[in-house]
Amino acid sequence: MSLSRRQRLRLVRGGVYSATVAALVLILLAVDWGALGGALFKWNIVRDQFPDILTTALRNTVIFTIFGFIGGLSFGLLLAIMRLSSVKPYRWFAATYIEVLRGIPLLVTLLILGFGIPIATGWQWPNPYIQGSVPLALVAAAYIAETVRAGIEAVPRGQMEAARSLGMSYTRAMVTIIIPQAFRIIVPPLTNEFVLLIKDTSLISVLGVTASTLDLARFGRNGVNDTANATPLVVAGLVYLALTIPLTQLAAWMERRSKAGRR
Amino acid sequence: MSDTLVRIEALHKRFGTNHVLRGIDLAVTRGEVVCIIGPSGSGKSTLLRCVNMLETPSEGKVVVDGVELTDPECDIDRARTSTGMVFQSFNLFAHMSVIDNVTIALRKVLKQDRTTAEAKAMQLLTRVGLAEKATAYPAQLSGGQQQRVAIARALAMEPKVMLFDEATSALDPELVGDVLRVMRELAEEGMTMLVVTHEMDFARGVADRVVFMDGGVVVEDGHPDQVIGNPREERTRRFLANVRERD
Repeated sequence: MSLSRRQRLRLVRGGVYSATVAALVLILLAVDWGALGGALFKWNIVRDQFPDILTTALRNTVIFTIFGFIGGLSFGLLLAIMRLSSVKPYRWFAATYIEVLRGIPLLVTLLILGFGIPIATGWQWPNPYIQGSVPLALVAAAYIAETVRAGIEAVPRGQMEAARSLGMSYTRAMVTIIIPQAFRIIVPPLTNEFVLLIKDTSLISVLGVTASTLDLARFGRNGVNDTANATPLVVAGLVYLALTIPLTQLAAWMERRSKAGRR
Repeated sequence: MSDTLVRIEALHKRFGTNHVLRGIDLAVTRGEVVCIIGPSGSGKSTLLRCVNMLETPSEGKVVVDGVELTDPECDIDRARTSTGMVFQSFNLFAHMSVIDNVTIALRKVLKQDRTTAEAKAMQLLTRVGLAEKATAYPAQLSGGQQQRVAIARALAMEPKVMLFDEATSALDPELVGDVLRVMRELAEEGMTMLVVTHEMDFARGVADRVVFMDGGVVVEDGHPDQVIGNPREERTRRFLANVRERD
């Protein structure tokens, strides 16, 4: 019996579909939904998470993110300009910094800076927010620097030449002409960096926390310990999504719009 | 000699091993319009870009209005305010409205207040026929309109000499005329101009002098009727024959 190409294709596809449906049905039957729901999303525990999950945990996550982002953006901008500088030592410093900080896991950098530095020098971080935000910002700067550099390089060369031909200094031209245009280009990727940063704040709690500096992830973990139930972590995950999904959607929308605008 | 505005002496420019300018001497008198013609790759744009130091000469001297730009001590940002440049690709600042394009250097370099700068910008925009486009953005304008804004932007700084780098080469043929008309008016008002161009009719009609370059040297330099009408050099004749064939 010989089948045509199309018939064979239809047969294969039918096979895949029915196998998938069969697997789903098996899972649905095998899982004890009541127990699963009881362990992951128990209503009275969900209710107990509020309002602290918003007033303490979300607040702290937002504080860490914003400090990390402002610091990362300022230093990242400086690194990007150094990376593009005609002065070789600046270029080397920026390139090395970016490579090193992007090559080490954030968790390791957090521990080195958060614990290692005080142990090595005897100097103490003035408060837990700074202790958490500074390493976060230093790492974010390495990533943001590459994004900003790509944005600056995407501005046509003629813009700098026109600015210089009008008598603007290099710095003036950068500030007035190049960087504003670069930022329009990089707002979508920067928004994505911001989302990554929100999630990365979950690592800060390895540096130790007090009741008032709990972030969302740690709040969820503590909740699990207190209730012997996974619901607090699920709720924390949902709060993260409430932050990140609007932002990724916003970035995608801006990207579509800027593509349409360039046409 | 005293009325020489732009003086170029023994100018060389190398890009790596590529020797683009091989000893250029050229003097432009105040009020003179000099058109530079020549095949692509002859170094004419590079020469123009050396006049405002967008390219740094490898050897030689560039003096504009008594200031030696090739002197390492020269404040190049300040010196550049005496030259205005118009580019082939317009290079209007894409994130600024037309009026901001024209006023930005007045405000940021000459530190004029916005009202003074805008009054002047409106005058210049009127002159290039685009006063009604003051609030538009570059992307909303045709190529010819963008180039006229670019001319107004350069004029705002009251340069002593205007440099035109193939200002009409990127334009659709029907838009070339408006730009050339503005350039012609400028020449008639006595502006000193150095014009790299492929527009032979413009060179012949407007220029006081035509310079033909090939292979990084000035091959022929003289009155347009002579250089374009009755060239002495074989290379010039061949180039002009090619240009006519293309038209």
